[in-house]
Amino acid sequence: MVSMNLCTDQLAMLLADEGQLISVSHIAFDPLASPMVEEAGKYPANYGQAEEVFAMRPDMVLAGVYSDPYTIGLLRRLGVDVVQFPLERDFDAIRANILKMGEVLGRESAARRMVAQFDADLAAFEADVAEQPTALLHYANNYTSGDKSLAHEILRAAGLVNATTEAGITVAGAVPLERLVLLMPDLVISGQAYPGASRAEEVLDHPALRRLRERQAGAALTDAEWVCGTPFVLRAVARLVDIRKRM
Amino acid sequence: MALRVSLFLALGVLFTLSVMIGPAGLSLADTIRALFLGQGDAATLVMREIRLPRAILAVLVGASLGLSGAAMQGYLRNPLAEPGLIGVSGSAALGAVIVLQTGLAAAWWLALPMAALAGALAAVLLILLLAGPRGSSLTLILAGIAISALAGAMTTLVLNLSPNPFAASEVVFWMMGSLSDRSFDHVWIALPFMVIGWSLLLSLGRPLDVLTLGEDAAATMGVETRRVRMLLVLGIASCVGAATAVAGAIGFVGLVVPHILRPFVGARPSSLLWASALGGAVMVLAADLAVRLILPERDLKLGVLMAIIGAPFFLHLIYKTRGELR
Repeated sequence: MVSMNLCTDQLAMLLADEGQLISVSHIAFDPLASPMVEEAGKYPANYGQAEEVFAMRPDMVLAGVYSDPYTIGLLRRLGVDVVQFPLERDFDAIRANILKMGEVLGRESAARRMVAQFDADLAAFEADVAEQPTALLHYANNYTSGDKSLAHEILRAAGLVNATTEAGITVAGAVPLERLVLLMPDLVISGQAYPGASRAEEVLDHPALRRLRERQAGAALTDAEWVCGTPFVLRAVARLVDIRKRM
Repeated sequence: MALRVSLFLALGVLFTLSVMIGPAGLSLADTIRALFLGQGDAATLVMREIRLPRAILAVLVGASLGLSGAAMQGYLRNPLAEPGLIGVSGSAALGAVIVLQTGLAAAWWLALPMAALAGALAAVLLILLLAGPRGSSLTLILAGIAISALAGAMTTLVLNLSPNPFAASEVVFWMMGSLSDRSFDHVWIALPFMVIGWSLLLSLGRPLDVLTLGEDAAATMGVETRRVRMLLVLGIASCVGAATAVAGAIGFVGLVVPHILRPFVGARPSSLLWASALGGAVMVLAADLAVRLILPERDLKLGVLMAIIGAPFFLHLIYKTRGELR
């Protein structure tokens, strides 16, 4: 079994039996995107190229629905079984993907246990919050997340309200900074900056946002745990709950 | 005098409009209250931290580029000389990109403007060396093409090698320029260098006037041509370096503005310097306003607009000077 997508990497590493998984994508080694860097070290990396993946002689390839369609088409023509996993936009999709991974790997009971654990952990957070603070998700180039996103669900699970959807900005994408500042969110949650520099990320530290942050209980960053729909999102939720309680 | 008054008037009107208009859709009363009385509420943040620095930067960048263009044309006695076209802005962008990507700019705030200045300086020196004091159009433009192409290619290379996934797409910003989401951080980075550049270039009014009589005549009238040249090079490098470090390479300002204003000031370089500084500020403010009105959500690049206005001017000038080029 070879995984060539960051999110299937994680689910496969969490669920696979000894020897079942023989390679994960190189992104699984990037600490900015992957919460399982250490675990990934046990596997050789692949760069998602058909020739390279085929040479590993896998019985099955795990990919995302948005993985390169040419690579996947080529692998299929070469007779490799490719299973594609949908993007997780909410917690139900996380449960579904865990169960699907369990099925693919023949580890159904482990998958069911993981879902049960996930639900139990999630339920522990869901205390009634009388007044839900608003949070602004702000990424490079003034991108923000709308209501059909995992980030939005993470906010909700942590008892926070997504400031942009609250204000009726439902389309995810770039929103002028002026309009974001006008929302006066109680918390600004920023995307993480990559090494090197870019103008796109410079706006994360714009003085207008700095002023907003000065009034806040804690700085929050979206990191590797926000990227994929895995049980790791609960760690992100836990950190937000922590910040919310201090507000 | 009338020209200066009308330029100041245009500047005031455009500056006010620039601060008033924006995607946040604040009412007129709100913008005024937020700008002058506000205390930390959302509208105040929008006005003081987003719109005001952007409008101020438009003025600073425009004035610097207009002034640099006028000074360069006055010195070389060639209407085609313009920092953007002959690769000075491009080289400044290269300097800026190098310190940004190596992390020097994050470690020391002066690194960014100084590297851009160094890039601009290298390009101006090279141009003057190649074109000579008379600045023949042909060598000027050929040297400019080579320097522009090299600086552009190197900028692209540095950004492509960056570990940052956003960097590669920012080639457009560095080559076309934009003022979106700039802040007072950028004003403070650029302002000191621009002030130095302005004072150097504006001090050259009389020598440039005398130089219109020719190098020898100027020398007999006590103009030290070497000193003039040095001040000019440093002034242009400071202005263009600082402007490019914060706003990217915005072309054509220094070409179009002196060209439009020359008939009004009677072809005297000294008065053209002042007029071009004001005119440049007016032009960039207007262009930045247009950028926001035409495609408010898309961060249309300033250089795109400037090129649409400027390129026909440039072609017209080449047409007029083609006798000399042959």
